[in-house]
Amino acid sequence: MPETATRTVHSATPATASDAAVVARDAAVRVGGRTIWQGVNLAIPRGSFTAILGPNGAGKSTLLKAVLGLQALAAGEIAALGRPPGNGNRRVGYLPQRRSFDASLRIRGVDIVRLGLDGSRWGVPLPRLGRFSTRHEREAQRRVAELIELVDSTAYATRPIGQLSGGEQQRLLIAQALARQPELLLLDEPLESLDITNQGAIAALIQAICRDQHVTVLMVAHDVNPIVSYLDQVIYIARGSVVTGAVEQVITTETLSRLYATRIEVLRASDGRLVVVGEPSGAFDAGGHGAHATR
Amino acid sequence: MPLADVGDLSWSWNIGADLQGLFAYHFMVNAFRAGTIVAIAAAVIGWFMVIRGESFVGHTLALVGFPGAAGATLLGVSATFGFFVFSIAAALIIALLPRGNSVRGFSEESAVVGTVQAAALASGFLFISLYHGFLNGVNALLFGSFLGVTDSQVLTLFVLGAAAVIILALTGRPLLFASIDGDVAAANGVPVRWLSSLFLVLLGVAAAEASQITGTLLVFALLVVPAATAQILTPHPLKSLALAVGLGLGITWAGLTAAYYSPYPVGFFITSFAFAAYLLVRIGQGHPWRRAFQHEAKQAPA
Repeated sequence: MPETATRTVHSATPATASDAAVVARDAAVRVGGRTIWQGVNLAIPRGSFTAILGPNGAGKSTLLKAVLGLQALAAGEIAALGRPPGNGNRRVGYLPQRRSFDASLRIRGVDIVRLGLDGSRWGVPLPRLGRFSTRHEREAQRRVAELIELVDSTAYATRPIGQLSGGEQQRLLIAQALARQPELLLLDEPLESLDITNQGAIAALIQAICRDQHVTVLMVAHDVNPIVSYLDQVIYIARGSVVTGAVEQVITTETLSRLYATRIEVLRASDGRLVVVGEPSGAFDAGGHGAHATR
Repeated sequence: MPLADVGDLSWSWNIGADLQGLFAYHFMVNAFRAGTIVAIAAAVIGWFMVIRGESFVGHTLALVGFPGAAGATLLGVSATFGFFVFSIAAALIIALLPRGNSVRGFSEESAVVGTVQAAALASGFLFISLYHGFLNGVNALLFGSFLGVTDSQVLTLFVLGAAAVIILALTGRPLLFASIDGDVAAANGVPVRWLSSLFLVLLGVAAAEASQITGTLLVFALLVVPAATAQILTPHPLKSLALAVGLGLGITWAGLTAAYYSPYPVGFFITSFAFAAYLLVRIGQGHPWRRAFQHEAKQAPA
């Protein structure tokens, strides 16, 4: 068990528990006897766009799963929208880390979005049977069309999902996550495996959703640069602890050096991109490579 | 029509008389009843199996029926009973095995399933050796037969098939969600693990049902091919599901008819018709020339 890293959090914009979408108090997660992170305190304001950053293996996705209730805490507590996290909270939308759909999967994009709306409902899915009156069905179809319009996917929504590009699939999956009008949207590396143009477009889309639909967005990202101009704050995880604040306060030589307890340099390239130099691997006992969070 | 002609086992292209001849014997009526029930159950459950990518498990559950049926015959019990008991038991065992995170694909599970499959075939062979003079029956178990389906077998097939289809209808939407996107489905409150176990049992029922018509080795003719063919034709879930049932019924009925009017086995006909349907659709879908054409069309200026 590592003795390191009980460093606490400095929230630059301290949100009180009442207006926060996600609150964590002294939270810790242990997986297979290994402490992923501990002493995590967070308050994510409602309606904000927050990114979770950090090296590979630092526990970014684990934090998202803890907020979702898919990962149990070893200590402390987390509240999402004022409630302890649990399965099936209708007000929380989730987009897991994505391998893209199998190219042979013959299901339309519109069906994928529809599953987000009533995919967890039991009963015969035939339009005219049971509780599904035609009126209900019309309403559901209208809602699905609206969501597809929102993510600008109307042109290809009736094609098999497996044949769409990564960016197109990602848009439809965001629409699916929005189907139940969540107040909190949890996205796990939605920009991964997209090209630069699509990364920017999806980031802009997420910010627009955050702003126009009043959804709190918490998003795991590998690279801060495509999203940096859209973010309200970042949560940086490394070596089992967490720092929270605005980008310009967290992604700095001083903060990251303190977090990693080693010399880290944050450089700003001439095009404005942030480059982190000297960042070690995030996992305590990982035998792997020293990953770079920010390219 | 003279009575002697009714039993004449040759296709005359006088469709009315041919169909009348087809249903002249009770065993043939039962074969059509059983075939219809099996085709529907196998097409519907097979549709989900194809979406879930669990064909290997489906095949294993069918093969496990082989020692079940052989053992049942050895004990003097109905082979139908043996098919169902073994296939469902195997489904429960596989469902209880610890599984990796991935919903689709079975990296370690495929090794376990393969081991079970080998053991099942071996013990089936043993049962047959113990039962001397059973050699004709082996062919029927492995490659299918439509002869001698009794009324009580039809009833068993109907009750279990109908139960499986009704359960699938009631759980279909969450099951589809869990099959396509397990993590998101779980986050939305779908009991993913529980549903995948339930589906394995349903798959066991479907595999056992299909085994009775096509034999354990040829179950894919009814379990995979109608669903796979329908899914190529349309990505619309309800349409392709209905299409799969239609294809399954067509293939089964045509196979039974052809087998009745010819000296060749039913398993061969059903499988060949299924294969032909798949091939036609695949070619019609345009591998590879139509795809090239579509590509060109896409690049042409709008």
